[in-house]
Amino acid sequence: MAVPNQEGNAAAPGFNKGRMFNDKLMRWLFVGSAILVSLIIFSIILFVGKQGVLTFQDVSPLEFFFSTDWSPSKDQYGALTFILGTFIVTAVALVLAVPLAVGGAVFMAKIAPNWMREIMRPATDLFVGIPSVVYGLVGLTVFVPFFAKVFGSAGFGVMPAAIILAIMILPTILSVSEDAIRTLPGALEEASYALGATRWQTIRKVLLPAATPGILTGVILGMGRAIGEAMAVQMVIGNAPILPTGLAQPTSVLTTQIVQEMPNSIFGTTTNNALFLMSLVLLLVSLSLILIIRLVARRREA
Amino acid sequence: MKSKATDRLATAFFWGIGLLILFILVWFLWHILGAGVPHLSWDFIAGEPEEMIEGGGVGPQLFNSFYLLFLSLLFSIPFGIGAGVWLSEYAKKNWFTDLVRISTEMLASVPSIVFGLFGMLLFVTVFGFGFTILGGALTLSLLNLPVLVRVTEETLRAVPTSYREASAALGATKWQTIRKVLIPSALPGLVTGVTLVAGRALGESAILIFTAGVTVSRFAPDLNLFASGETLSVHLWYVRAEGLVPDAMQIAEGTAALLVLVVLALNLLIAIPSRLMQRKMTGKSS
Repeated sequence: MAVPNQEGNAAAPGFNKGRMFNDKLMRWLFVGSAILVSLIIFSIILFVGKQGVLTFQDVSPLEFFFSTDWSPSKDQYGALTFILGTFIVTAVALVLAVPLAVGGAVFMAKIAPNWMREIMRPATDLFVGIPSVVYGLVGLTVFVPFFAKVFGSAGFGVMPAAIILAIMILPTILSVSEDAIRTLPGALEEASYALGATRWQTIRKVLLPAATPGILTGVILGMGRAIGEAMAVQMVIGNAPILPTGLAQPTSVLTTQIVQEMPNSIFGTTTNNALFLMSLVLLLVSLSLILIIRLVARRREA
Repeated sequence: MKSKATDRLATAFFWGIGLLILFILVWFLWHILGAGVPHLSWDFIAGEPEEMIEGGGVGPQLFNSFYLLFLSLLFSIPFGIGAGVWLSEYAKKNWFTDLVRISTEMLASVPSIVFGLFGMLLFVTVFGFGFTILGGALTLSLLNLPVLVRVTEETLRAVPTSYREASAALGATKWQTIRKVLIPSALPGLVTGVTLVAGRALGESAILIFTAGVTVSRFAPDLNLFASGETLSVHLWYVRAEGLVPDAMQIAEGTAALLVLVVLALNLLIAIPSRLMQRKMTGKSS
């Protein structure tokens, strides 16, 4: 970018021919890779979207989006349960994860001594590396029996799913928030201390408000991960297509319903198309989160 | 005086949160390894799986995990690094660059189950492969791609401009500069990025259930790209959800421990040397 155009300093033309050819060839390969990335995302939207929209040949949009009656055997394809379920589970997970993650971010950015930071950083990286099915298994062997005892039910339901998701999205929110707090201009903090504020007052009244856009970005990224997670949730949520009336109730969300029914449904049937439509909804929700992050970032720049 | 007391209380509170987060992780690891490691034996790690009786192993799944990981990296690294190099070294500020950048971000935010359905639609249904290792690896590489693009762009951008100028002043073409100067000095960052991607790909299950399938070839280890290839993560889910073996729980716990050990080893084997290398290189340049 900042490099001046090299074609100007060409020496002997014969010597340069091969190099220049390679240079041009590689440039095209690089552009090609960039174009490929764009092509892939648009073909995903197109393929999944086209298959999903076929649902509307047999099911009205009104039914799909506003009915909670999902019984394909009786030609009822209401997906509202799963859409609401996704948001309920995600919201509970965020309520559990955000305070812990933001507190942890403040701790790592401003309070922890160096040795503690050296322990915590690889530890949170490891959190990200653990496969989601392993989280699901821990949910199954620890949280489901625990809630079975507490609520006197089978234990499967919203609560274990939300806890597992909260643990999964914790490192995402934490690392983005920590970055946001650590990269604030030092002058903000110094000015606050110069006014006689304590560290807690500085954190609460100066650092956290100033870092809010960055923290929000982390929260939205975590939300995206929670909405899209399938396998771990499927293992603990109970997989019943009914709207939950409490946190101990089993339910189903968009992702788990797809995992549950896709292997048993035949390509081209209404059920199959409806599952594709659910994944289109997931895709569009995830993509709109990206737009929100961009808006938040733009406001930070302004 | 009161605000000082509150401050001390807040400090204690934040220490509590930090320790709680560490505690959750340690407890998690202890729990997985404690439950699973006793089931790990050579017969389990290398043995053939069983459908109906106890004592099955996960040998083919272990092999498939690494085979699929290798293939998906093979497919995604050239394009991921290529697009990253383009964004960092060639792209001008125009609509096309914006399009590529937002496409990368969009691709990074696609839920893995949507990749799974896309892969199923394309490879299983349209191309008619059925559940294959090739289809699984190609779909898995879509998951890797955006991370590779971002990591490449970021690490290349961190290389000082003076390197590019010095190389150009010696008469190097842009490609020569990229190959001989930029990529070598960005290598530690790239290696870290690839480790990150590898860890994610190794643990992925939602994509592979719909593309590589939940069964293993009879001739394991099978290099055939058109054989079905269940991986460790998929196996862990499958034995719990639909498996018929009586010792499903033991297999699941053993598989989980094996997965965590592999991820730990991957982090230690690749991430730590690359971090040291980075420290050494930055030490030299100062």
